[in-house]
Amino acid sequence: MSASPEVLVATPSAPDHADAQVGGWRIIAAKEFADHLNSVRFLLLTLGLGLAAVGAVYATAGGIRDVAPAASGSPALFLKLFTVGSGNLPPLVDFVAFLGPLLGIAFGFDAINNERTERTLPRLLSQPIWRDDVINGKFAGALATIALILAAITAIVAGIGIVQLGVVPGPEDLLRLLVWYAIAVVYIGFWLALATLCSVLLRRAATSALAAMSVWLVAALFATLLAGVVADAVTPMPADATFDQQLANATLRLDLGRLSPGTIFAESTQAILDPSVRTTGVVVSTQVDRAVPTVLSFDQSLLVVWPQVVALVALTTLCFALAYMAFMRQEVRA
Amino acid sequence: MDDIAIRTLGLSKRYGAFTAVDALDLEVRFGEVFGLLGPNGAGKTTTILMLLGLTERTEGTAEVMGLDPARRPLEVKRLVGYLPDEVGFYGGLTGRQNLRFTARLNRLERATTERRIDELLARVGLTERGDDAVDTYSRGMRQRLGLADVLIKEPRIVILDEPTAAIDPVGVVELLAVIRSLAVELGVAVLLSSHLLPQVERVCDRVGIFVRGRMVEQGTVRELAERMPAREVLTEVGADGDPEATRAALEALPGVTIREQNRLDPRVWLVATDQDARSEMVAQLTARGLAVFQVNRVGIELDELYRRYFAQAEEEAARVSVA
Repeated sequence: MSASPEVLVATPSAPDHADAQVGGWRIIAAKEFADHLNSVRFLLLTLGLGLAAVGAVYATAGGIRDVAPAASGSPALFLKLFTVGSGNLPPLVDFVAFLGPLLGIAFGFDAINNERTERTLPRLLSQPIWRDDVINGKFAGALATIALILAAITAIVAGIGIVQLGVVPGPEDLLRLLVWYAIAVVYIGFWLALATLCSVLLRRAATSALAAMSVWLVAALFATLLAGVVADAVTPMPADATFDQQLANATLRLDLGRLSPGTIFAESTQAILDPSVRTTGVVVSTQVDRAVPTVLSFDQSLLVVWPQVVALVALTTLCFALAYMAFMRQEVRA
Repeated sequence: MDDIAIRTLGLSKRYGAFTAVDALDLEVRFGEVFGLLGPNGAGKTTTILMLLGLTERTEGTAEVMGLDPARRPLEVKRLVGYLPDEVGFYGGLTGRQNLRFTARLNRLERATTERRIDELLARVGLTERGDDAVDTYSRGMRQRLGLADVLIKEPRIVILDEPTAAIDPVGVVELLAVIRSLAVELGVAVLLSSHLLPQVERVCDRVGIFVRGRMVEQGTVRELAERMPAREVLTEVGADGDPEATRAALEALPGVTIREQNRLDPRVWLVATDQDARSEMVAQLTARGLAVFQVNRVGIELDELYRRYFAQAEEEAARVSVA
């Protein structure tokens, strides 16, 4: 049965059709963003991370001021606010490396399975949107929320630092901070994508949260340990290890550690926020012997961590792609 | 003007070896309520999902207002309002916010949206609760909000999956009245699925009996009843005078079985016959001097009808599997 002309007239016209193809994900992202901002978990996470960050920066700023005479003239003093810990408190960047995953998981673990348990998915999908608009919109909305929290915390830390230290950041400091911020969003985006994947694959939100958090724990706590164990097994270190043996072991250990996104992020952070870092690889003493301590320009620093940045973007994309494919293959009623 | 809203030919869906929908031919016209009736697991929801382009079909064709839902799902979904089985809403949002979100997904203008939300909330009786979180709603209220949600896009076709399953009898009557008015007043094509035949028979112009993925019969309720083999006809007969005299007069007729005496009015008897025997009964009673005041052919007992179709199909299926 072919459609008669009258029937075709009754269907939406071409511009409508084109309009319907764009923006479905934006509407969902806007709703998700608004929902997240009103949620209790947003309030708790912002307060928690905010307090931790403020505490860290107070301690750090005090510490830096104490050594101010010695530190004066040291390059990128402002950025030390973010990278130097004090006493028991780790610096902000370590907070982000460690707690960022929590942020990503918190906003993603129930993205899809909650739509299923609340039975809103069939109703949502029966609206004139594409199926991928749902997962794209959810991811975008959550990532925007995370970016907002991170921006707020970074700004608070920078503000307190300026007041406490009286150091005004230069253009390059700001540039480095911005790039670090972008990398951090991608890093947390990885955990968001992972949590979203769990929410697609696992029916219950609690199971999904636990699964995502176990990956996080393994990556954060045991990755270094495991890397060491594996490296020692593959490249044994006898008591009288030769230089080559030691080098092989150290390199393998480092490479294995880089399988964890946390390590990659920590390495990029170091080089981006600290201009004196010249490499993220293994350095032997002969290489730094009589080296003149200089700082790298911004583009050189970026070059040092470019592989890490690309790897991080790739990991995040891959993880989201898996979630996307899994979601597209699922039955609406599954 | 072609008045066919939905047409499928040989529509099939298989999951591996399991056939969920088997060569379904279906036609729903504008201004008509079509009831897709069958037990749970018969393939009703799968059929609906294929019509919305939410599940890919294995074989056959489907057209929704001349559009293929598998290839142009967005246009189809803009024209079709769908109320899923046990509809869910975002519990933290108010009823009004939920409707607003649906309106935005359908790219309705803001001004139009607010006006329509007010109208629809009034229509489904939720005006006072519109600004409460949906978490506080009862199931019946959610179902009514679901109806408003379906109507906000001003659909030309409305598909309702088990709309009456979760609500109380009074709610069912109200809901069915709204559904009926959609078809009659707005000329909307309504396809509703249900496993509760007696509830929906009143609003359906035509029904299809759907068992194990196959449409075993379709037509108006009356047509279906007439096609049933060797059915008895039930008639209510009432005459002035002694109820027992009436009973004796009726029993004297061949092929008449007295079923029961009406509890409210003892003069009225429920009579079962092989075929319509109203004139014979009236003649007999009049001949015996009993003044007839009531002869009603009682509504076809659809539950019975449904059971029999269902049983038939089950038997057939059993025979096939034995062979």
